[in-house]
Amino acid sequence: MLTKTAFQGKVTKTNQLFIPFVVAGDPSPEMTIEYALRLQEQGADILELGVPYSDPLADGPTIQRAAKRALKAGMSLRKAIELVPEMRKQGVEIPVVIFTYYNPVLQIGHDAFFDLLEANGVEGVLIPDLPFEESEEVRNLADEKAIEFISLVAPNSEERIKQIAEQAKGFLYCVSTLGVTGERNEMNAEALNFIKEVKAYSPVPVAVGFGISNYEHVKLVNDHADGVIIGSKIIRVIESGLEKVENDAKEEALQDFSKEIKQLMNG
Amino acid sequence: MLQVFPDIKGRFGDFGGKYVPETLMGPLQELESALDEAMEDEAFLKEYHHVLQEYAGRPTALTFGDKVTKHLGGAKIYLKREDLNHTGAHKLNNAIGQALLAKRMGKQKIIAETGAGQHGVASATVAAKFGLECKVFMGEEDIRRQELNVFRMKLLGAEVIPVSSGNGTLKDATNEAIRYWVANCEDHFYLIGSVVGPHPYPRMVRNFQRVIGDESLRQFKEVEPALPARIYACVGGGSNAMGMFYPFLEKEVELVGVEAAGKGIDTPEHAATLSKGTPGVIHGSLTYLMQDENGQITEPYSISAGLDYPGIGPEHAHLFQSKRVRYEAITDQEALDALKLLTETEGIIPAIESAHALAQAFKEVPHMSEEETILINVSGRGDKDMATLMEHFKEEVDHAH
Repeated sequence: MLTKTAFQGKVTKTNQLFIPFVVAGDPSPEMTIEYALRLQEQGADILELGVPYSDPLADGPTIQRAAKRALKAGMSLRKAIELVPEMRKQGVEIPVVIFTYYNPVLQIGHDAFFDLLEANGVEGVLIPDLPFEESEEVRNLADEKAIEFISLVAPNSEERIKQIAEQAKGFLYCVSTLGVTGERNEMNAEALNFIKEVKAYSPVPVAVGFGISNYEHVKLVNDHADGVIIGSKIIRVIESGLEKVENDAKEEALQDFSKEIKQLMNG
Repeated sequence: MLQVFPDIKGRFGDFGGKYVPETLMGPLQELESALDEAMEDEAFLKEYHHVLQEYAGRPTALTFGDKVTKHLGGAKIYLKREDLNHTGAHKLNNAIGQALLAKRMGKQKIIAETGAGQHGVASATVAAKFGLECKVFMGEEDIRRQELNVFRMKLLGAEVIPVSSGNGTLKDATNEAIRYWVANCEDHFYLIGSVVGPHPYPRMVRNFQRVIGDESLRQFKEVEPALPARIYACVGGGSNAMGMFYPFLEKEVELVGVEAAGKGIDTPEHAATLSKGTPGVIHGSLTYLMQDENGQITEPYSISAGLDYPGIGPEHAHLFQSKRVRYEAITDQEALDALKLLTETEGIIPAIESAHALAQAFKEVPHMSEEETILINVSGRGDKDMATLMEHFKEEVDHAH
């Protein structure tokens, strides 16, 4: 690659990437940093830091619940971005992708938003409700700041698959099954054919998300794609530890968390 | 000459577009192609107009409100009677159009969102009529408030799916309907109820509602030598207003959209999106909406469930910005007063939504000359509002008789 990009030097692997997703502020900013550190320990290559939103169209009930908890704790787009330098201070070294719906970005303003990402050392941005046709200005701004603008591609993107894949930056987010985020018990054979097609066009690693919830899925995806994106499953693990976190058994909750993630990634 | 909107990207000036997850881009493209084809097909349009006539009962009447005109003094008041449409409101015009399109696309299952239940009832009605399977997403809070319409939908054979996410109201029901559509778009058609959502929905719904304005234009010319000086319509998402206004956009007529001011636009409890909101993205469209400083969408309030929506159709946002349409806001109390006046003078009990348009018009006509005329869109009838009206008027009415 000729142009310098934010992931350069920080993401050296080109396959078996582990890209976890957590919601900033779920259940508190402090705990988000703790989970990020544990995920890094368990081999995470890139962290997707979700910004809670009142109307998350692309998310299923699990992430909706996480967003609700985080909003209740006072999280916002600005605070989520400002959490990144805090994470760095405490030892998070892997690149961070801010995952936010478009409306909060619009309210900050495109220029101010990218200034904020740059000032806080954020490496990437993903806006799930800003499809290719609407994203030109944002993509250009991301390029100027050398911030990776992560694109999504779906099985029913059809002729757009090529268009989206060819301009992909950072990694390309492949939606493995139709529908909103959430765990599913079976991988879909059609999805695997789709991944093949995407890989043929993409200059960057192709990671698969939406519905990966156990080690079997991880193995299957890694056989065909360059990485896995795991959201809802991780949120559920966090959820199962909420009671312990509330009852001053934070360390125990974090140990459980690490164990579960290890199981998820290594069987 | 006005520019033709929306443009190829689904924009009305600065507003509109498609701000949706990637998984919806395919289905929206499929819908747009099918819609464009259908609207060029004489046979499709003929069938749509035939159903409007022999099933919905169109054209709806244009009524001269002689008594209310005399009572207020000033401009002559005409009423477009969408309350006489089958199922009691303008909503059915659009539901018929989209159901016929769904059938044409080979989709046997329709989904719809509903707040007060009017669009849910219209969708359940066309599903029964055209033999489609129908799921209606409705917030849990709204299900509680609109028991009667929930029963109507079920009686018509629709499945009502309670939505508990968010605050359990219209905006959340819409989110859930969109999510369901994302996962089931192959054999499901999403029948949206207003001029909102991603392109091509705002254009499609407007085009299926413009029959209101087209009829009005024709009917008005039959009874008056000149066009009305002003036309009034209430605006929640804005489909009855868009349908009424659209054929008049290039005529010399002042157009007035009336939002719900709830308990007052200076209180937090209102649904006056254009008066008090700011631009942003809601349900896949760039438009005006009600939100906090962090861009989180906030809950609106109005006594009328049909106006209780935190966004507004993108074409209205454009007509607001370009100042082609004047937008006003009317409080709960003003709407109730106007409802009562129309009921007592004309024997027409309008929906509380429509009463917002009436209230704004009633404020203005006394300041206009007797030579002038105005037209108000009575978008629906008040039968569905009886429980609310009883709460407000029972004592007064019982006392008087």
